Amino acid sequence: MLTITDLHANIDGKEILKGLSLTVKPGEVAAIMGPNGSGKSTLSYVVSGRDGYEVTEGSIVLNGEDILAMEAHERAAKGIFLAFQYPLEIPGVTTMTFLKAAMNAQRKQRGEEELTTPDFIKRVRAAADKLGVSQEMLRRPLNVGFSGGEKKRMEVLQMVLLEPKIAILDETDSGLDIDALRIVAEGVNALRAPDRSFLVITHYQRLLDYIVPDSVHVLSAGRIVKSGDKGLALELEKNGYRDYVADAA
Amino acid sequence: MTPRPPVIRTKAETSLVESFAQASASLPGGDAVRGARTRAFDVFHERGLPHRRIEAWHYTDLRNLMREAYPIASGVAAKAESGLRVAIQDGVCTLPTGALPAGLKLTAMRDALASADEALIHALFPDQGADDAMAAFNAAMARDGVLIEVAPGAQIDAPIELSFTASGDAPHGDISRCLVMVGAGARASILESHAAPARVQRNSAMIFRLGEAASLSHVFETCAASPELHVATLIAEVGKDAAFSSFAFVCAGEVLRRQAFVRGVGEGVKIALRGVSLLKGKQHADTTLVVEHAVPHGESREMFKTILDGEASGVFQGKVVVRPHAQKTDGGMKSQAILLSDDAAMYNKPELEIFADDVVCGHGATVGQLDEDQIFYLMARGIPRAQAEGMIIEGFAREVLEFVEDEAIRERLGAGLSGWLARRAS
Ligand SMILES: Nc1ncnc2c1ncn2[C@@H]1O[C@H](COP(=O)(O)OP(=O)(O)O)[C@@H](O)[C@H]1O
Ligand SMILES: [Mg+2]
Repeated sequence: MLTITDLHANIDGKEILKGLSLTVKPGEVAAIMGPNGSGKSTLSYVVSGRDGYEVTEGSIVLNGEDILAMEAHERAAKGIFLAFQYPLEIPGVTTMTFLKAAMNAQRKQRGEEELTTPDFIKRVRAAADKLGVSQEMLRRPLNVGFSGGEKKRMEVLQMVLLEPKIAILDETDSGLDIDALRIVAEGVNALRAPDRSFLVITHYQRLLDYIVPDSVHVLSAGRIVKSGDKGLALELEKNGYRDYVADAA
Repeated sequence: MTPRPPVIRTKAETSLVESFAQASASLPGGDAVRGARTRAFDVFHERGLPHRRIEAWHYTDLRNLMREAYPIASGVAAKAESGLRVAIQDGVCTLPTGALPAGLKLTAMRDALASADEALIHALFPDQGADDAMAAFNAAMARDGVLIEVAPGAQIDAPIELSFTASGDAPHGDISRCLVMVGAGARASILESHAAPARVQRNSAMIFRLGEAASLSHVFETCAASPELHVATLIAEVGKDAAFSSFAFVCAGEVLRRQAFVRGVGEGVKIALRGVSLLKGKQHADTTLVVEHAVPHGESREMFKTILDGEASGVFQGKVVVRPHAQKTDGGMKSQAILLSDDAAMYNKPELEIFADDVVCGHGATVGQLDEDQIFYLMARGIPRAQAEGMIIEGFAREVLEFVEDEAIRERLGAGLSGWLARRAS
């Protein structure tokens, strides 16, 4: 599904990713854990195609296709989805307007018909109900005045509607109380499918009680320094990142 | 008094001064009106065209921008329309045919001036803005316009449209002066649209007087082709518990100066001045406001958004004055601009002059570029960059467009906004 090989990436001339390799198989839920500043968000941005990063070495291949030359919107249409650690507020653009624009922009790039308004509304209603997103929230400008938990639920709603091939969740658990965490995790679990993979970035083990990963990778100083199964997450919870930070230095 | 240095007149000033000398004998109005005109002309004569050393005109140097004064049109009246549509072509008023809603009276200003009583003269020649040279020139020279009277208690639901146009292809100037008097408890709305197929220099003035608990919403709109030079003066006096709102949608014209002098004279006024300007090419739009709270418990909100592309320049100067007795005034003023090009410029100057101690007043002004984080967020959802930028700009403008109360007008302005963005993208 997703193969990252020896990835080196700079921002403002500073190397953040320093030879990162990672493979995620179809249907796999891979957890990325690591201390603050280790490059987790940077990895998510570089994979989803944010401007400003310079990839100096390595490759990112999605289903056999090298995506490094693609723009962010093209990668999204290919099935890459990023749930942001800090979702942006877009004043004056209602959530519904945004959702429709996003869904249709992807369909257009894939050569599919645009959604009819009734079909669109039906899809949004169904997904919103499951995630506890109110109609009132959908009428409001995107993320403006939403609480932290509401913003994260909105990210999951977008993920559900856009049906990605690989979803990267960047600390989707941060700032969530236990109930919101459960709703978000259920949303993710409901999307698990043999042809859909997840890269779950988290600082804490807690989320992984709800979204049980197939593999766990430790990211430290811009590289994957250890991989294992879900037992590795429990070990990290107990011992912290000390060993790995030292390794990387 | 120290003797003033002799005014060195530009060519344009000389011809404006001469135009008054030629026109004055034929301008409508009796002796009292003539007196008011002469006093106004003296202000203009003494000051000349405003220039950069006049603080209120610092960013719109008319002496420089108005190299030539086009001859003031003798005026060709437009055909009368039905409904609530007043045509003002070359400054000449044509009233609509057909019956008007109960409580609404329309009079051509030339007729109103000819038979003006003292109260009308007082309303037509207020002290607000009287020392502004361009407002004064308007007061001195205006022949026509429309007088709109809304009787106490009347509720006029449909907007009264004032459609300002120009005839012919020859460059010319036009001048108009309109007065809207809203009686106690009455409600009305005005849509002021400006178009000009030819090279036009326009000086228009709209004067509003709101009685107790009256409500008036005003929308100023530039259409596809607008005057190459336009000074639009708005003067409003807002009575006790009355609500005055004015919204400006600017997307055309070359040089536009909008100046508003708004005063709350009774307790409990609600004043709202807002607008969106979409500027490109070498367009220049200046919004200069003076909002005065003279008595307690007034509220005022100013919110202006400017989007600038190309080499366009925008100006926002807002001054909120709270007089010593105007306690409990609640004032908030905001100007936000987005620069889409390195060559565009925005000048923001919000000011508060507060002479009362128990007030809540604030202001904020920002100028920035499109936010790359927001763009990336939309792109990461599959939206191409150009469309993402358009959505962000549109959202920025819609935040204030939402305040236009009349749904049909709001939708029309929204369509104007979308059209502007689509033309930019293509
Ligand atoms: N725009 C930037 N310019 C320079 N350094 C940056 C920039 N963004 C992130 N960094 C640095 O890159 C490192 C990794 O950041 P990040 O990917 O956000 O880490 P994480 O998500 O693991 O906490 C940090 O040291 C951070 O300071
Ligand atoms: Mg991070």
